[in-house]
Amino acid sequence: MAWKVGVDPGLCMGSGMCAALAPDLFRLEGTYAEPVRTEIPEDERALDAADSCPALAIAVRDGARTVGPRP
Amino acid sequence: MTTAREQTPVAYPFNEPEGLELAHAYAKALEQPGLLRVRMAYGEPAWLATRYADARFVLGDRRFSRAEAVRHDEPRQSEAQQEAGILGMDPPEHTRLRTLVAKAFTMHQVEKLRPQVRELTHGLLDDLEAAGPPVDLVEHYALPLPVAVICRMLGVPEEDRPRFRVWSDAALSTSSLTADEAVRNREELRSYMAGLIQDHRENPRPDLMTGLIDARDTGDRLTERELVDLCVGLLVAGHETTASQIPNFVYALLEHPDQLALLRERPELVAGAVEELMRFVPLGSGAAFPRYATEDIEVGGTLVRAGEPVLVAVGAANRDALKFTAPGRLDITRTGVQHLGFGHGVHHCLGAPLARLELQEALLALLARFPGLHLAGDVVWKNQMLVRGPREMPVGW
Repeated sequence: MAWKVGVDPGLCMGSGMCAALAPDLFRLEGTYAEPVRTEIPEDERALDAADSCPALAIAVRDGARTVGPRP
Repeated sequence: MTTAREQTPVAYPFNEPEGLELAHAYAKALEQPGLLRVRMAYGEPAWLATRYADARFVLGDRRFSRAEAVRHDEPRQSEAQQEAGILGMDPPEHTRLRTLVAKAFTMHQVEKLRPQVRELTHGLLDDLEAAGPPVDLVEHYALPLPVAVICRMLGVPEEDRPRFRVWSDAALSTSSLTADEAVRNREELRSYMAGLIQDHRENPRPDLMTGLIDARDTGDRLTERELVDLCVGLLVAGHETTASQIPNFVYALLEHPDQLALLRERPELVAGAVEELMRFVPLGSGAAFPRYATEDIEVGGTLVRAGEPVLVAVGAANRDALKFTAPGRLDITRTGVQHLGFGHGVHHCLGAPLARLELQEALLALLARFPGLHLAGDVVWKNQMLVRGPREMPVGW
């Protein structure tokens, strides 16, 4: 099952948290982070990144359901 | 590739403990690409990154490790090796602990505290006014505000402030403490926190400590030692830096009357002003918490060998002319200031949203209350601390 990963540039503050945590999933080259690929296989680290993001800018979805950040 | 490895390391840190100047040695270092070879009072020589791009790269790249530091003679200012807690860990251990507390400190969560923080500032200012000038801004405003906020969040009695103040000071001290004294201090703070945790276990309440205890007792997501150290870390990191930056920012604004006047006139600029002050004020007496290369990595033209430490001079990087126009000028109207004042990468300050909120509210309330705010005596600076700032700052209005 594939997940969809998104970073909201309106919220992202460029802390570099996600790109440092999972460089194969997120990159931060300019001002805002972005997912390396928007569709990924299920990966716990994407949820960790969404949980750790100080701006709550990362959303991970499984179909219509939001799986990250975790409640 | 430079051959700086063969150069004699220069003595570090550069900054004077008193005042908030950025040492001239940084300006010189910023003019050249590559890393500088430095030596601190204790530990092995290190590389020093000063340029923004290099600093951000080292802080953000996973090939640089904090956890490796315990296996080395870490470059440091005091005899005892720092026990850095979560700041001494790498993912995935770091992630496991960080995610336990991250949600409490997101911008979204923290914003809910704004009315409470605002009320606290007003209460403290009422007390200042009642006492009459001159008043020590540190003791009666800058310190009690962040202490009250983190104590409430974490579940630590505010009235214990005088006790943990001593331990917290010592934890960030670079001084005269012998290794034995530093260890004893650390153990006292740990046992104080263990007592509070025990009390929370018996009497759960709606605070962060109870949440962490639950993660330990029902989720088994952290060890007892990690639980204690995480609470200690939150308490110390949760107030010391903000308590230093409040008077630092006031001091910097008083030294730049045009910027102070502008902020008074346009208080809506406060969020940007806080970012600019975070950039402009070099808080650290020197870089600390070196990152160890886990493989050979080139940084700005310097080859860092696997097993070598790199210190990141955030205060210098924040004044890099390659990144910021007129970096030495305080300009609160700058936009999109991507400073490194809260660090970068996995160790980006957990409490950054809370610190921002406290700094914004502290400045706004103070300036609004006292249009004639001024220094009313000599500022006494902390010395021998990792972070710089006034120990006493008498003000009048």
